[in-house]
Formats: sequence, C-alpha cells, structure tokens
Amino acid sequence: MPKDHGIGASSKRREDVRFLTGKGNYTADITLYGQTYAAFARSNVAHAKIKSIDTSAAEAMPGVLAVFTGADFADVGGNPAGWLIQSRNGETMKEPKRPVLAHGEVCHVGDAYAAVIAETVAQARNAVEALVVDFEELPAVVDMADAVADNSKRARTELTDNICFDWGWIEDNRAAVDAAFASAPHVTTLELVNNRLVPNAMEPRASIGVYDASTEDYKLYTTSQNPHLTRLLVAAFVMGIPEHKLNVIAPDVGGGFGSKIYHYGEEALVLAAAKRIGRPVKWVADRTESFLSDAHGRDHVTKIQLACEKDGTFLAVRTETLANVGAYLSNFSTATPTFLHGTLMAGPYKTPLVYVNVKAVFTNTAPVDAYRGAGRPEATYSLERVIDMAARELNLDPWEVRRKNLITTDMFPYTTPVALQYDTGNYQATLDKLIELSDKAGFEARAAESAKRGKMRGLGLSTWIEACGIAPSALVGALGARVGLFDAATVRVNPTGNISVMVGAHSHGQGHETVFAQVVSSMLGIPEANIDIVHGDTAKIPFGMGSYGSRSLAVCGTAMTKAVDKIIAKGKKIAAHMLEASEGDIEFADGKFSVAGTDKAKTFGEIAFSAYVPHNYPLETLEPGLEETAFYDPANFTYPAGAYSCEVEVDPDTGKVEIMAFTCADDFGNVMNPMIVNGQVHGGVAQGIGQALLENTSYDGNGQLVTASYMDYAMPRADDLPNYTVDHSCNTPCTHNPLGVKGCGEAGAIGSPPAVVNAVIDALARAGKPVKHIDMPLSPARVWAAMNA
Amino acid sequence: MKPSPFEYVRATSVADAVKALAAHGDRAKLLAGGQSLIPMMNFRMVAPEVLIDIGNIPGLDEITIGDGSVQIGAGARHNVVMASDVVRQHCPLLADAYSHVAHFTIRNRGTIGGNICHHDPASEVPLVLTLLGASLVLAGPKGNRTVPADTFFLGMMETAIAEDEMLVRIDVPFQPAGEGWSFHEMSVRKGDYAIVCAAVRLTVKDGAFHDVRVGFNGAGTETKRMAGVEQALEGKPATDATIAAAVKVAVDLSDPSDDVQADAAYKRDLLSALGRRALEQARARASN
Repeated sequence: MPKDHGIGASSKRREDVRFLTGKGNYTADITLYGQTYAAFARSNVAHAKIKSIDTSAAEAMPGVLAVFTGADFADVGGNPAGWLIQSRNGETMKEPKRPVLAHGEVCHVGDAYAAVIAETVAQARNAVEALVVDFEELPAVVDMADAVADNSKRARTELTDNICFDWGWIEDNRAAVDAAFASAPHVTTLELVNNRLVPNAMEPRASIGVYDASTEDYKLYTTSQNPHLTRLLVAAFVMGIPEHKLNVIAPDVGGGFGSKIYHYGEEALVLAAAKRIGRPVKWVADRTESFLSDAHGRDHVTKIQLACEKDGTFLAVRTETLANVGAYLSNFSTATPTFLHGTLMAGPYKTPLVYVNVKAVFTNTAPVDAYRGAGRPEATYSLERVIDMAARELNLDPWEVRRKNLITTDMFPYTTPVALQYDTGNYQATLDKLIELSDKAGFEARAAESAKRGKMRGLGLSTWIEACGIAPSALVGALGARVGLFDAATVRVNPTGNISVMVGAHSHGQGHETVFAQVVSSMLGIPEANIDIVHGDTAKIPFGMGSYGSRSLAVCGTAMTKAVDKIIAKGKKIAAHMLEASEGDIEFADGKFSVAGTDKAKTFGEIAFSAYVPHNYPLETLEPGLEETAFYDPANFTYPAGAYSCEVEVDPDTGKVEIMAFTCADDFGNVMNPMIVNGQVHGGVAQGIGQALLENTSYDGNGQLVTASYMDYAMPRADDLPNYTVDHSCNTPCTHNPLGVKGCGEAGAIGSPPAVVNAVIDALARAGKPVKHIDMPLSPARVWAAMNA
Repeated sequence: MKPSPFEYVRATSVADAVKALAAHGDRAKLLAGGQSLIPMMNFRMVAPEVLIDIGNIPGLDEITIGDGSVQIGAGARHNVVMASDVVRQHCPLLADAYSHVAHFTIRNRGTIGGNICHHDPASEVPLVLTLLGASLVLAGPKGNRTVPADTFFLGMMETAIAEDEMLVRIDVPFQPAGEGWSFHEMSVRKGDYAIVCAAVRLTVKDGAFHDVRVGFNGAGTETKRMAGVEQALEGKPATDATIAAAVKVAVDLSDPSDDVQADAAYKRDLLSALGRRALEQARARASN
C-alpha cells in the first residue's frame, strides 16, 4: 500500500488549489492604493556610447510623473558578482560595474538606459517612445572566439580585453593530466557547443516598490527565488538602505529556473522611484523584455578530450571551455561555469586524472547565469558525449564502457580528482534499472520495425551525477563566494497545537508547502492539514538563502527538522513536569508524550497549550512558549545520480527527430513525495529535450537577438515530448542529512540532453551514416545537413 | 494596453466597413480575428491610428454552397472552416492543409479572410487556394469585384487588395471526383510557420498524370505554382521516375534563402522530399 500521508506519500499539492483556480497571488496581481507604473527604455543596439538622452518631450506627456536615467544612480552602488574567481595566474577576475540603469554606455540589446513613471502602463510606454537618445554605436562583441582573439573590440569600454578570468581546476594537476594524454593508447577529442537558452519562466519578472516617508520603510514585492538575498544586495550593495528598513516580499512566483535568483536593476529602480514620487511604482515585464533582459543560461564552447585504454578504461579527461557571461556579471554568473561545472567533470566515473580550463568571456549580449542545472548540464553533456564518441571509435558498447568506469559501491566515500567527495551512491544499480525499464533487450526488434516504416531508430544513454544542496559555506567561501549558503527555519507551534513553519527556502512552483508539511507531520504525528509553510517574506521568515541548486529540502528541510527536534526536546521537558516523571523517561511517538512503560501520556496539543497557558509549568527552569529556530550549514554537497536513456526515430528524408521513449532511473536519496519528484523529473527532462532539439538562442553578428519571441524561439510543447518512464527505486540515502535526501529539481535537465543527442547519433550510425557530432539544438535542418555532409 | 493609442470603430455591415475605410484611408487597418495584427501592434511594429473591427458583421462568417463552389465568408474562423463538412467533402485539399495551420486557440479566433489578406509567405491557405483556383470577392466603394487567387497573391505580405477594399468572400471550386490531392509540410514544431510546404492536385488517366497543379511555400520563387514542375508531370507516365524527375525540376527552379531555422540547401532537400511524398500520395488517392 502506498502511504497516504506524511513522508513518502504522494500527497496532493496543496498549492495547486489556488494555482489552478486562478487564486494565486503573483506580483502582477497586487494592486496598491495610488499605484503608478514604470516602463523601461531599452537599447536597440548591442553596444553604444550614450551621448545624450533628451527627456523633455517624455516628461511633458500625459500622466508622466518622473523620468529616470543612469545619471540618477551615478552615486549609488552597483549590482555585484556573487563569486570572485581567481585566474590561473593568481589575478582576481575583472568585475566591471553593473549600474541600476546603463550610464554612459549601453552594452547589450535590451540594456535599460531610462525609465518612465506614469499614471498608467500605456502612458509610461508611450512616453518611453518619446525619449530622444543619441547613441554613438561602438563595435559589438558577439562571438566568443572573436572576443578572445581580438581585444581591439571590447564588450565594455572600461576593459582592456574581453576575458573575465582564465580558471584552471585543478591547476596543480595539469602537468600530470598532460602527461597521461601524451602516453595514452587512445585519445578522443570533441569540440561542442552547449547552446544558450532563454529561461522562459511562465511568469515574467515583475516588481513593485513602496516607500513610507513617515517611517522611512521600503517594501519591495518582486519575483524572486530568494527574498533575503535580494534584500541584502539591494540594501547593502546597491542602494545603501539600512537592511531593516527594507522588506522584500516574493509572493507566488511562477517559475524561475535560476533566472529569478538574481537581483536586477528594475528592482532598485521601482524603489528609488517610489521614494521620489511618494507612491507605489509597479513594473511587469512583457515577454520581449524577458527574452532581452532575463539572465540566459548555458552558452559554453568546449573542447573536451578523453584519454583511455583500448578496452575503454578511462585514464584522463581534459577540457578547455569558453563560457559566455554576457555584458554584465549576474550574481552567480562566475560560479556557474567554474565551481558548478569544473568540479563535476569526473562524472560518476573513477577517471584518475581530470583538468578543466574555463575562460569566461564578456560579450555584448544579455548576462548569462545559472539556469536549471547550472554548470552541471554543461559538464554532463561534454562528458557523456565524448564517452559515446570514444566508445564508437574503439568499437565498444557505450553502455558497457560506462559500466566499466563507474565508481563502485565499495569506493564510497570517494574523492574525485576535481575535489568533491561523493558520500554514497550505487551507479551500477541505476544503470541496471535503466536497462530493464527501457527494454534495451527489445531495441533491435523495435529498430527493425522502424526500418520497415522507413525510419532510422536509435538508442542513447547518459549516466550522470550532480552536486546539489549547495553548499558548505566554509568550502564555497574558500572558493570565492561572497555569501554563506546555509539555510534556516522557524517552527512556531500555536497555542492550539497547529503549526506555522517559516522557511528560508522559496517555492516558485516546486511544492514546498506540501512536502515540508509532510515532513513535519511525520515527525510530530499531527495531520498535514494542521501545518502551514510560510515563505517569501523577509518580515516573516528567518534569514535563509532561498531556492536553487536543488537545495530546498536538503538544506532548509534539514534546518526545519532540527527546529522540530528542538520542539520535541522542549515538549519532553514540559511533559515530564506535567506527568511528574523524569525527562529521561519521556518518549515521543505518534503525537504523544508518554512515560516509558506506563499509559501516562499527554498529547502534542496538550503540551502546546500548556506552553502558552503555563499554569502548571516549570517556569523557573523553562521559558514558556513553543517556537524554535534552527540554522543549518551542510557538511557536504549531496550527490543525486542516475541513468537516462532516450529512444528516437529519425526521418531520413527530412532529418526530423521524434522521441519514442525516455526512461529515467534516478537516485535522489529518500523520496518524500513520489508524485512531486516525478513531476520535477518530467519538467527537467522537458527542458532538456527542449535544449537538445528545439531551443536556439541566436544573436546575429550585430548583437541583435533574432529569436526574441515565441515565433522564433521554439519551446517544447506537449506534442514534442514523449511519455516518460521515471523510477527512483534505486535510492541510496544521503549520509549527512537526517532526511537522507539529495534533491531532484535539476536532474532531468542535466541527464537528458546527452541521452537525446547520443540517441540521434546512434540512429544515424545504425543506418550507415556515421556522424561524429551534431551541435544542439538538433533541428531537422542540422540533422539533415550532418547526415548528408 | 501594449499598442500605441488608436481609435476603434466597430463596423456593423460590409458597407459600413467600406465607408469607414474610405473615411480613414491608410490611417486605418481592418481588424478581423487579430491573430497577426494584434501581436504586431503589441510589439509596436505597426501602429494604425484607426482600427475598424469587422468581427461582428452579420453573415460575414457563413459557409455556403454556390454554383460548383464552396463560398466561404471572409470572417469564418479557421476552426469552423476546418471542421466544415462542406469543405471536407468538396475541397479536401483545403481541409488537409488546415491540419497544419497554427494551433487550436489561434484557429478559434483567426479568420480565413484575415489570413489571406495578411499573406504571410509561409501561410498554407494562400497556397492551396491558388492551386484550387479560388476567386476572391472584394468589396469597395464602387461595389464588388472578383480577383482570381493567381493574381491576388503578390509578393510577401502583398495582395491585389486596394486600400479602400475589404475581402468579403472566397469562392473555392469543388475538386472534381476522382482527383488526387495532397498537402505536406515541414515545420520545427506542429503548428509553427512552415519551412517548406508542398501541395499537389492531379488526376491519373490511362496510367498518366493529367490536370497537374503543384505549388510550394518556401521555394523562394515568385509564384506559388511551379509551371515547370507541372509540365514535367503533365501527360507523363504516373511512375516513380516521373515523380523523381519532377521534383528535380522543382529543386532546380527553386531559389530558397537561408534563415535562422534552415539554410537553402536543407529547404531544397525538403522541396524534393515533401514534393515526392505529396505526389506519391496524390497519385495513390487519384482514381485511375
């Protein structure tokens, strides 16, 4: 029998009631008394000097209340990078200024250089069109190879070249890796592009700024994955507001996928504008603004080499990557291609030697930052593609080559040559499960049937690992992080025994309100319905670091369990007093505190009531009330892993790829809610298939984003996607958090792209059209061109 | 509101709309289903000063049977045309093509007339109306005139419609019994703009192709129908070899351009592959 409540049950997502009935409360739904509207003027060229902005006509337009330009923010701080990366030569990375509004220079199409505040949205937009800006166009840097080769054209005039940093991981291993390559029996070399993606959260970014002159308090409603980090950045770095005078509220948020981790200039603008005009100021991005100004994802160009024995035993991996960071450093943009990418380049394999080189490159394009998976999809894609290619070159079965090199269960804890320590896993088990669930044995028969219909069928796989639950603060601090990465939760038991849990994690669709309540319900033996999860408001929640990197349950969930443990410990003290027993004899189970070996007991509700109505209470030794907070800084990353396969049919006439089956065998550690985990995997795989087959972010040579709408940017739709087979029965619980959870939010997007591409390459190879590689997205045109080259 | 400010006029009859067009001239645009116009206005790519809404004109959306033709009111919604038994029975090529037109929600609002007057070069309906020999009835200040599809569709987003005219009806002749037809399309996703479409009508008599009409979108040619391809088939044995020779002519006559979805070489391949599939299917459907 599946469980019907608590940990391990597929409890229905309580948040869906409001989401699916139109009762959600998103930033755009909020209307405040006296609210005004902001609209932004955005650059239509990739790079230009701003010679002048004439605002007079706009200021005279109907309804216009104020016009801001970069000059208004010349004296405030900039939006900082969250990580300082050290280059191989010991120098610290370059960090050009990122102002609230572009000042002196616009650096990408969509770069905001002015804003109009008006009584209505339409009036604000009309006035933006009346702004007269004089741009002196500067050369645009678009292609990364050009940007590196030619520093006469620079993405920012304050730079001397376009390289942000040149990072080696681990630099001390470089000589040994090079030596292994020099003597290796076989070397496979692959150059590939990890295509740039536009995140496309369903809800565009939106912000409302509020200022109360009587108290000097600011309030910011905004689409954020981590309201406390936004508050810290806006208060301490950008605007110089005392942190306690700024309340950041991220109400219902309609997806983020990373793009809403970061602080954006529009948030500072609406706050400054609210103060100047004395009324709330609202801005809601339209979809074009999302395309042009949200932080994009991926965009790596990589040369990866795999050295191995003729039998497929891996000896060494070496990579050189150019990582696009765009025109400005978004908050996590320098961590993504480095510590979330280079450290994963061992994969789940026992490769003894690994060296990773990453050059981050400034270009006149939108900033690039973490997007679902963040660095780990890039690492996995490079590795899983080169392994497949090596197997083909050596005439070996790609499934067996992987098996031969997987870390075995007797090797944990396993320290990789790129400095992570995997605590536990069973990579053979997920591979075996994949072979079973994908019916690999029946593939040849299915391929023969496809061939009868004139189609080429292929089967591809990836065996992947990721590092989640970011992160141990001391470790990331040593690596350049400017923030801690702990999390926090407060468990408030109300006098009547129901519970409010205030968490630092932020739910923007994941289902935390359901899952976190399941965990507390199981721990305290009270119904899920008696527990509410509160998130997204800095005035209510303790200082936590929000949600990204599949960290919510592993980090914030652990803080929450620690706070619940404190509640239970205090409850025992209260119960001991009430039951006239020694504290050591009190047992807590199924919502009851009882004296061991007796039928004397108090319910959880009786204890809660006693804590707030302390008539019979040990006040001399114990404070009244029942509310506990815990902070938790993880000891290690968590390491979800798994094996994915994709089965495709390719049309030999048109190159069109159709996905026939997609199978996932995951190890997420203990699973709190199987239905929600399946949903996370489905969504992640959909995004991975989108990247592999459809999503193409294309800047032309002048830096114009030619795929800036849904007419040109192909998001996957239901009929582009297969039914998924998802399994998470091969779980090895995480060893260093009490729930044994690893995280599941990004896995699908990490493991799927290489499985899709490997399947297409397999289909072509079986049909006698050997193709080494096709860059994503595998559009019909690209597949056709490759097989007819 | 995302568009630039505009004045809104709701026309209650064709005469009313034509009068409004005469009054406002090139400051005005007609609004039918709005599935192309409104996004362009929202992007502020176009900014008409006056919008004349013809979406509520009684009778403009009727589909009736005329003398050997189906008469489709310009205001008929795509989904209504697509589901029409009359269209399926008498103009199956049009019904076939409709399975590639946009998405359900767009087809619920978009009209066949708006689609034709917008004349996106990738659009399916103008291509098949040309092959079907449809006539387009235009209302203007001096009354109605009828323009054959052959001369109605000019270049990209250009038609023979004058500034003071509106399209009121499309007359589509019945496809004769025994005729074979086919429509094939390649797009990145179902419902997206086509990279290449191929449409075919033909009959097979005594083992030879006759009455051949073949047309493509995405071929980069000035006309939708390709006379050279039709000649390569007309009167020739209905064999695979004839089809292969004909699609080679199509490729030779084509002049596709590179774009972000596909380069010219790929489009030539699609002309060949989709042309062959369409001809084979039409041959199979034709009664011999």
